[in-house]
Amino acid sequence: MCLVGRGSKFSSEVNLTSSTATNPNESQTERQRRSVRARLTDSGPTGSTVLWRITRLTFDYRWHFLLSILFAAITAVMSLFIPKLLGNGVDQAFTLFNDGAHTRSEIETLLRTTALLVMAVAALRGTTGFAQMFLGETLSQRVSNHLRLLYFDKLQVLSFSFHDRVHTGQLMSRGLSDIEGVRMFVQSGLVQVVRVSVMIIAAGVFMASIDWQLALLSLGFVPFMVYRSARLRLQLRTTWRKIQDALGDLTTTMQENLAGIRVVRAFSAQKYEEAKFDVTAKEVVELRMDAARAYARGGGSISFAFLIAWAVVLWVGGEKVIDGQLTVGELTEFFLYLALLRFPVRMILMMVNSTARASSAGGRIFEILDIPSEIADSAVARPLKVSEGVVRFDDVSFSYGDAPALQGISFEARPDHTIGIVGAPGSGKSSITNLIPRFYDPTTGSVSIDGTDLKDATVLSVRQAIGLVEQDPFLFDGSIRDNIRYGDVNASDETVIVAAKIAQIHDFIAGLPEGYDTELGERGVGLSGGQRQRVAIARTLVTNSPILVLDDSTSSVDAGTDARIRSALKKMTEGQTTIIIAHRISSLLHADEILVLDNGRIAERGTHDELLAMGGHYNQLWELQRGHGSEVLD
Amino acid sequence: MATTTPQAQPDQDSNRQRPANSEEEHPNLHESDEEMFAQLDSTVFKRFYYYASPYKKAMLIATLAVIGFTFANLAIPLIVKIGIDSAIREGNSSLLAIIAITLIAVAGFYWITNFLQNVLITRVALRVLYDIRADMFLQLQRLALSFSDKTPIGALMARMFGDVGALQEMLESSIEIVGDILTLLGIIVILLVLDFQLAIVTLAIVPALFLIRIIWQPIARRAFLRMRRNSSIVGVYLDQNVSGIRVVQALNRQSENHGIMGGKIHTFFWSTVRASRLGGILMPTVELMTGAALALVLIVGGGRVLSGAIEVGTMVAFLLYVQRFFEPIRTLTMHYAVLQRAVASGHRIFELLDIPLGIEDKPDAQPIGEVAGTVEFKNVTFGYDPERPILRNISFKAEPGQTIALVGPTGSGKTSITALAHRFYDVQEGSITIDGHDIRDVTQESIGGVMGMVLQEPFLFSKTVLENVRYNTVGATREDVVSACKVIGAHDFVMQLENGYDTTLEQRGSNLSIGQRQLLSFARALVADPKILVLDEATANIDSYTERIIQVALKKLLAGRTALVIAHRLSTIRTADKIIVVKDGEIIESGTHTELIGQDGLYAQLWQTNYTSFDDISGNADKLIGAPASST
Repeated sequence: MCLVGRGSKFSSEVNLTSSTATNPNESQTERQRRSVRARLTDSGPTGSTVLWRITRLTFDYRWHFLLSILFAAITAVMSLFIPKLLGNGVDQAFTLFNDGAHTRSEIETLLRTTALLVMAVAALRGTTGFAQMFLGETLSQRVSNHLRLLYFDKLQVLSFSFHDRVHTGQLMSRGLSDIEGVRMFVQSGLVQVVRVSVMIIAAGVFMASIDWQLALLSLGFVPFMVYRSARLRLQLRTTWRKIQDALGDLTTTMQENLAGIRVVRAFSAQKYEEAKFDVTAKEVVELRMDAARAYARGGGSISFAFLIAWAVVLWVGGEKVIDGQLTVGELTEFFLYLALLRFPVRMILMMVNSTARASSAGGRIFEILDIPSEIADSAVARPLKVSEGVVRFDDVSFSYGDAPALQGISFEARPDHTIGIVGAPGSGKSSITNLIPRFYDPTTGSVSIDGTDLKDATVLSVRQAIGLVEQDPFLFDGSIRDNIRYGDVNASDETVIVAAKIAQIHDFIAGLPEGYDTELGERGVGLSGGQRQRVAIARTLVTNSPILVLDDSTSSVDAGTDARIRSALKKMTEGQTTIIIAHRISSLLHADEILVLDNGRIAERGTHDELLAMGGHYNQLWELQRGHGSEVLD
Repeated sequence: MATTTPQAQPDQDSNRQRPANSEEEHPNLHESDEEMFAQLDSTVFKRFYYYASPYKKAMLIATLAVIGFTFANLAIPLIVKIGIDSAIREGNSSLLAIIAITLIAVAGFYWITNFLQNVLITRVALRVLYDIRADMFLQLQRLALSFSDKTPIGALMARMFGDVGALQEMLESSIEIVGDILTLLGIIVILLVLDFQLAIVTLAIVPALFLIRIIWQPIARRAFLRMRRNSSIVGVYLDQNVSGIRVVQALNRQSENHGIMGGKIHTFFWSTVRASRLGGILMPTVELMTGAALALVLIVGGGRVLSGAIEVGTMVAFLLYVQRFFEPIRTLTMHYAVLQRAVASGHRIFELLDIPLGIEDKPDAQPIGEVAGTVEFKNVTFGYDPERPILRNISFKAEPGQTIALVGPTGSGKTSITALAHRFYDVQEGSITIDGHDIRDVTQESIGGVMGMVLQEPFLFSKTVLENVRYNTVGATREDVVSACKVIGAHDFVMQLENGYDTTLEQRGSNLSIGQRQLLSFARALVADPKILVLDEATANIDSYTERIIQVALKKLLAGRTALVIAHRLSTIRTADKIIVVKDGEIIESGTHTELIGQDGLYAQLWQTNYTSFDDISGNADKLIGAPASST
């Protein structure tokens, strides 16, 4: 029950972030894009901002947070009651003993009462301590899980240009170890800071109630501790950031080495790879040593200052006892307080470490969360209603950065007017593919479906309207069936089979021992490029989108199968708008209009026969491809 | 009859796909969580010791520092006791001053030893981890490819990072473990010396504590195990969705995935709640024990003070020590979990390091030296699973400068032939020779020097174009790279990149088209300039413009070299000096194009049916030649 509420809350927040990030101003978007690149190589939000943002995340669970703080405070006070009780016990017993007026059994009763009280307080402290620990840990888990889901959602909506640029290994290391760093901070930093401060303050109050001068002297180390740990935190933060970056590099090096192991072997490049690995791995060692040294120096001096307090209390307090200003019991109590303060001193060091790590780890997470979604719904966005399915490019220009990718592209695809697009690599074919489902926005001009500019429609509805099959499709770990119905989890088995039949992959799947339940992926069956493409076609067909975009989607399928897929598709896609992008002319021979792209512009357009008659690029390409064919024939 | 089912195609034409049916023949390196909480095991510690032994001196100093540190740590309450008993209660101010100064001196000693132990142990820990990680890396570089074929990269990465990280945690907390144990022992000794009777009574609490722990351990272990498993499920799901982001967005799976991820996180959360409840439950127990011990000191100790058996200072010292006594016990409980995790990780690390290499240089292996480039297969039989040979009785000879085209349906064994030539695997029967040298008798590294390889799916590193092209070729200059790219026809598009040859390629070279990646891998082979070239021609997934460039480049690349080409294009096949048609692991036809056309076999039939590619036609090929229908 609680989960449902939480889930919907998360998603509403995600929408919120993306809609606030909307900015219709083009140059603004451009600047944001550039700044993102700059930040990803540099550092994200820093220091206290990060810690504050993490703290704010806990406010979503404010009762949980307050409760754990409350228990932390109670535990701290309880801890201090024990020395109080022990001190009083010792003192009273010896006053009674020294005045000689009381019997031994009276004194023993007093000691026994104190002992019972000590046990009771200890038990209570144990219970509140448990509650505090439990609440602190579950709070930290809630916060980190919240962050994990936000991170996951963000990665899911981030644009392709982002994913093109940032290595999977980097994103994974952020999603795993950095979020864990943040969690550690919530658990051992945020909640414990309350416990530690309460302990120090309460100890101060208790000590001052005995002897304020001695109390001041014994807590003299606290300001130094605060100053030194703040300095240490800064040092460690920088080092941690470097360590995390270096670890990211190491992960990337390793991952590439393993993924490209055949190249490594083929070139006998083991030594070379080892050297590469060595450099990064040694860097990690050095950075970690830096952190250890800084930590040992800072921690050592804080501990030293703390022990100086012991010596001072012994000396000054001892003099006071000798002068009769203080009793032995009171001095004992002081030492018991000091003994208790060992815990906060130890904690502070751990906190410094976790805080330093959290501010760099959190920085790396927020850096991702803060990237504005380049593609987001505008305030007036409405769900797209597809009636006919007319896709229209109106004088579209587009660039990824400074280099123009498309210039002045206009065309219209209708159910009865299939568009085919050919062109050399880099001529802009893929850019057109990317603009139709609004993976990017055009720089000028507009892309519309049934007269609605895509910018005025919700991203979701646009993508629902479009079925895209890409050249190098990704299949997920899971069964073939789940992969095919990935876009529509409710698709029936019949739908799945029909789609697979059209994609000419059904016979293959049916021939597998486990049929549609065969697992794909790292632990499952590997498919060839052509098989992957065919599964991807089936996957898109299941969504039954009114507009179909085939981006070189049969390039690894042999010509015969390709022809069969095409004729099956033709039957099924009657009434659907189809845009075919292909390098193989035979794949788009039957398009009603073929656009020949060159350098981001439409160089030629027309039907196959018209284009041949022009004797331009298309004709050249046709000759080139027919060349293969003619070799066969002669 | 052995038809090729898709699972039985270990020579799938791409390095991204992994045959997955034969895990049983290799140590299974998939996550086995049950191992996670393996018993503490002496063999693992022996292995650790092996890695730590080069740093004996540093460890000795570190141990001394730990002892000194513990000593200082324990001395402090004792000094306070002496201060109270001998100086304060006697009213001796000058003695008090001396004792206070001693305390300061001990604090200084504490500082130094603390610093030393921290820095030294961290250094040893990091060096040891570095050595272990480097050994793992080396091992992965050397292991036969049959291993990496079957082991997911994710599982290896988990070992390199997750498990080594767990070791790191242990090695770093080992200072504290040693310190804690020493402290415990020290306190026991001091208590016994201070007052034997009181000490015995107080320490009576300890066995009870251990009893409770023994009961608690197995219950908590299960909870922690479940937590870890759920955590890795969340990680795997994240990985999948980052890798498949294009599909996620194109098919609008965000909200569906949000729900799935939410569910996985929810499960994970509740397992953490349970684990932390179980982990925390020990806390009230320890606290109660501490309270009981303090109470005992008060009652028994107080009685003994009253009867004059001990001094007040002794009782104060007892109170101080008892408080401290339970602190290490508590942290040791924490460290025990770390230790267990580290041992389990150690098992998995050493398991990886212990896998036999599979392919090793013979002890007397010599570099192959200069070669003319004759490659000969003699009666080669080979299977990834020796029981099921993929190749049977393969024999052919490539003379220096000849191009041999290997053709045949997917799964016929072409890729296996090329992999064997490079000794990625060892043959089961027969032999492969280069210029008459059996490749098993020469060093593997020297084979790499004379034999180049171009993969069908070119792998590029996320380095600059320059670094990718001159990959591992010692002494290749920028000019070499540029001229190779010019020869291959890659220069023009490289110059169009943002920073030309210094442009850093994106992950797997995704900012280049497949054809461009292919050209760069040609250039890479050209820079390496091997006598023998093994080339897996790309299938039809290259556009016609680039394809023409590639055809030209290929001719230039093959000129003057012995080449084994897995050919998909008729033009390549036609110009080959010899065509070898492979089907179901056997050579069924061989000869020149003209000869084969005359034979009216599989080749001739394929030729006549006008296929532009030999790839992905297994099903049709069977139908064409009337073979029993395969399962496709």
